[in-house]
Amino acid sequence: MTGAPIKAVAIGASAGGVQALSRILPSLPVGYPLPVLIVVHVPPDRNNALVALFQSKCQVQVKEAEDKEPVAPGVVYFAPSDYHLLVEADGSLSLSSDELVNHSRPSIDVLLESAADAFGPALTGVVLTGANDDGAAGLKAIMAAGGGGVVEDPGEAYASAMPAASLRAAPSAQVMSLDEIAAYVLRLGTA
Amino acid sequence: MTVRDGVEDIEIQLLLEALYQRYHYDFRHYARASIKRRLVQAREQLGFASISAMQDSVLHDSSTLPRLLDYLTVQVSEMFRDPSYFRALREQVIPHLRTYPSLKVWIAGCSNGEELYSLAILFREEGLDQRTLFYATDINPTALRAAEAGVYPLEQIRKFTENHQKSGAKSSLSDYYTADYGRAVFDKSLRSQVVLSDHSLVTDATFAEMHLISCRNVLIYFDRALQDRALGLFRDSLARKGFLGLGSKESLRFSTHAAAFSDFVRDEKIYQRREP
Repeated sequence: MTGAPIKAVAIGASAGGVQALSRILPSLPVGYPLPVLIVVHVPPDRNNALVALFQSKCQVQVKEAEDKEPVAPGVVYFAPSDYHLLVEADGSLSLSSDELVNHSRPSIDVLLESAADAFGPALTGVVLTGANDDGAAGLKAIMAAGGGGVVEDPGEAYASAMPAASLRAAPSAQVMSLDEIAAYVLRLGTA
Repeated sequence: MTVRDGVEDIEIQLLLEALYQRYHYDFRHYARASIKRRLVQAREQLGFASISAMQDSVLHDSSTLPRLLDYLTVQVSEMFRDPSYFRALREQVIPHLRTYPSLKVWIAGCSNGEELYSLAILFREEGLDQRTLFYATDINPTALRAAEAGVYPLEQIRKFTENHQKSGAKSSLSDYYTADYGRAVFDKSLRSQVVLSDHSLVTDATFAEMHLISCRNVLIYFDRALQDRALGLFRDSLARKGFLGLGSKESLRFSTHAAAFSDFVRDEKIYQRREP
């Protein structure tokens, strides 16, 4: 890790992701100082249930990311279904309906790569459970830009392929259990 | 890619400036993160060592521009995308449009024409096709040619059909195309009332008075200033009480033109021009 202040956390999850996030997000306290940007692979159904689900479980504000919205501290943003979520250089969010990336829209790589560009070393990327390799290129980009990388322990993940692929692409990422990730993300906000 | 980021961002800025000065294609106020992703993809797939090398080629080799434009502009779409939008048009907007003796509809940023054909079919099902003139515009000549051809891969038809049914279809989608060598060729008669034209929401002006403008998943590619310009153009192009349909994640909320419109079908991002 560099000494740069942590400005944001970006998380990608696929199969088993809702359960994994349920072990992480509810522990974030009111007043948590970082924005948390999340892509979960969900079917392209417009009634994205993630926001409602996590609103009821979390102490921090949870919302669906909106186009051109500036990221605010202490807010958890979910990518809307069927749109990619990107971060602009000025720290605002943008959406795109470009083609699928890694068979997915939203794609984790699209979020992580654009967030790496926008936040550089001030970003921590987290790749959780999943049965594909989305997120690997994104985590690599984050770490190449000097940011932090965390991968869910593939041995413990509901689906190991995605964290394993991220670890191959970004071998210096830290491997943690879900409880360790929860504690780590919490600590990022208090450091 | 990230190690060279500072340099690549400069190169992108210069390439966009070159495209504007040389060809008047103005992507300078497009949302940059998407543009960057597409340009990096174009650089890799077109085999250039750097964005600067691509810029050199686009300035000096006339065959590079169309290839690059395909990366910068083509947006993937499908017929009757977001069926509930088309259902809302059918059930709530069409009854108003019925009261006019003649109608003008503008599909702004029509890309390969999926939305144009969707609306042409919907208007035919509702018996309004004969009194409606459709304007379908885009900045990419390749996309306009595709829209004119109306040919789509057959493997997309299942999704198109499903969407069409969910939109409250009064006919079968198969009434409008013939299958041919893995392609679905849409009926020419759907284009008999269509004007396809090169038009830029960035640099061009209003050209007719519209009763309905449908512009979906185009504004998300613009920065806020450019979104505002486009929305101003729509305001000026709409007849009194005309309708504007945006993408499901687009809204007028941050626009300086918000006051010129009222919510008509809020959940579907359908707005109505207020009386001036």
